[in-house]
Amino acid sequence: MFSLEHITDSIQQWLYSTFNPTMALILECVIVMFLAIGLFAILGLVLVLMERKVAARMQIRLGPNRVGPKGMFQTVADTLKLVMKEGLTPNGADKFLFNLAPFIVMIAAMLVLAPIAFAKGFQIWDINIGVLYVSAVSSVSVIGILMAGWASNNKYSLLGAMRSGAQIVSYELSAGLSIISIVVLSGSLQISEIIASQQTGWWLFRGHIPAIIAFVIFIIAVTAETNRAPFDLAEAESELTAGFHTEYSGMRFALFFLAEYINVFIVCAIGATLFLGGWMPFHIGHWEGFNHIMDYIPSSVWFLGKTFFLIFLIMWFRWTFPRLRVDQLLNLEWKYLLPISMFNLLLITLIAIMGWHF
Amino acid sequence: MFLKQYISDVYHAVASLLKGMKTTGHYFIRPKEIITQQYPDNRAQMQLPERFRGEVVMTHDDNNEHACTGCTACELACPNATIKIITKFDTTPEGKKKKALDTFVYHLELCTMCNLCVEACPTSAIKMAQTFEHSVFDRNQLLKKLNNPGSKLRAGVE
Repeated sequence: MFSLEHITDSIQQWLYSTFNPTMALILECVIVMFLAIGLFAILGLVLVLMERKVAARMQIRLGPNRVGPKGMFQTVADTLKLVMKEGLTPNGADKFLFNLAPFIVMIAAMLVLAPIAFAKGFQIWDINIGVLYVSAVSSVSVIGILMAGWASNNKYSLLGAMRSGAQIVSYELSAGLSIISIVVLSGSLQISEIIASQQTGWWLFRGHIPAIIAFVIFIIAVTAETNRAPFDLAEAESELTAGFHTEYSGMRFALFFLAEYINVFIVCAIGATLFLGGWMPFHIGHWEGFNHIMDYIPSSVWFLGKTFFLIFLIMWFRWTFPRLRVDQLLNLEWKYLLPISMFNLLLITLIAIMGWHF
Repeated sequence: MFLKQYISDVYHAVASLLKGMKTTGHYFIRPKEIITQQYPDNRAQMQLPERFRGEVVMTHDDNNEHACTGCTACELACPNATIKIITKFDTTPEGKKKKALDTFVYHLELCTMCNLCVEACPTSAIKMAQTFEHSVFDRNQLLKKLNNPGSKLRAGVE
């Protein structure tokens, strides 16, 4: 059985036996840093191409298929193009904030990467308040967006940024309440414990109806949080020019673009961890034989499979539904998603106390 | 009651969303229905619709005869003077002088493929062909003469 745990353990042992502890720790940090940056780069490439191909298939056409076999190198070509573009700073723009904004959005995305468990024993930082940390740090990206809108010295950017800020802040409530539903069921904020509690089955199935409601609300809320269609009025390509990133070009635009897709990956990873068991294989209760067979598939494959399924779901939403107007967007959140998720939380607390789940 | 309306709203909303997703999902799992034609790889199998408007040509039959009487209806109908009819005077067997077509000058570089000339022609002498690859390096190659050399009006057209 292929396991990433063996690789990380052996590397760790080798490091601690060869260098003194401080140096080994520093080298570990450097390795993790390169892995995280490498993951971002690869994810950016893969997700942008996946989006274009999935979009094309749903619109009965082919996607990019000329650059490389089946169009695999299209994103590489796009990245090269963006790198070679002139990064123009508009005339009256606040230079410091203008340059800082893409980095804040990117850093927030990178920070949320830390507690996510990619495979068994393959987690950068298993903090005991993992879920709270994720929820809190993902809110920091709103600052980057507002900064970008303000510093662009452009009224459309400002409008787009304000709308985006309002949207993200409101939908965080519903997303947070859905996350809390799972925390109530599993009894811990720590990511590794939440995954371990799904040993006998994923919470989506064990928590039956309330968990399914929480999952649906979570998916809708994170689609809105990452500014994806149908909630993308902030960056609506045909309506608000390009919202808060209108004035960005070249490498800075590439950072925003990349940060959007990384955010989609991260929220899907969180959703997969909480509702679909993270790297835990599909177990049914105490059926030892079946569970044993499921364990043969490596945990990293399980995790990536679930995350990419959720990413596909979010992409499916984008190419099916028309865009929501900003008042319809906020209406949906405050009048429908929030009351339903609060009521759902009460329901889940009830079934957790009475033990009415599997 | 408000609650009943609320629940009914939510239910109908979810049902309509799922119906939309079913449609796009239906297309996603059926790659055979993709309608993109990969030009220029498919030149051999390309099938253009019959009403495609490529360039104006004059139909000639097996005896190299056409149906153009030189009435200049097409030249009058053309919105930007793409067609110029040059007529000559033929002598009929009875000795009378009859107007006939000498040259049908057609400026392909000016043509907008609007089909007005084809509609104006009373004898259906011209039609729109299905060729669309008109790029040339020398503009003079786009000035065409539509009636074949040595062709004449088919008997019985007018």
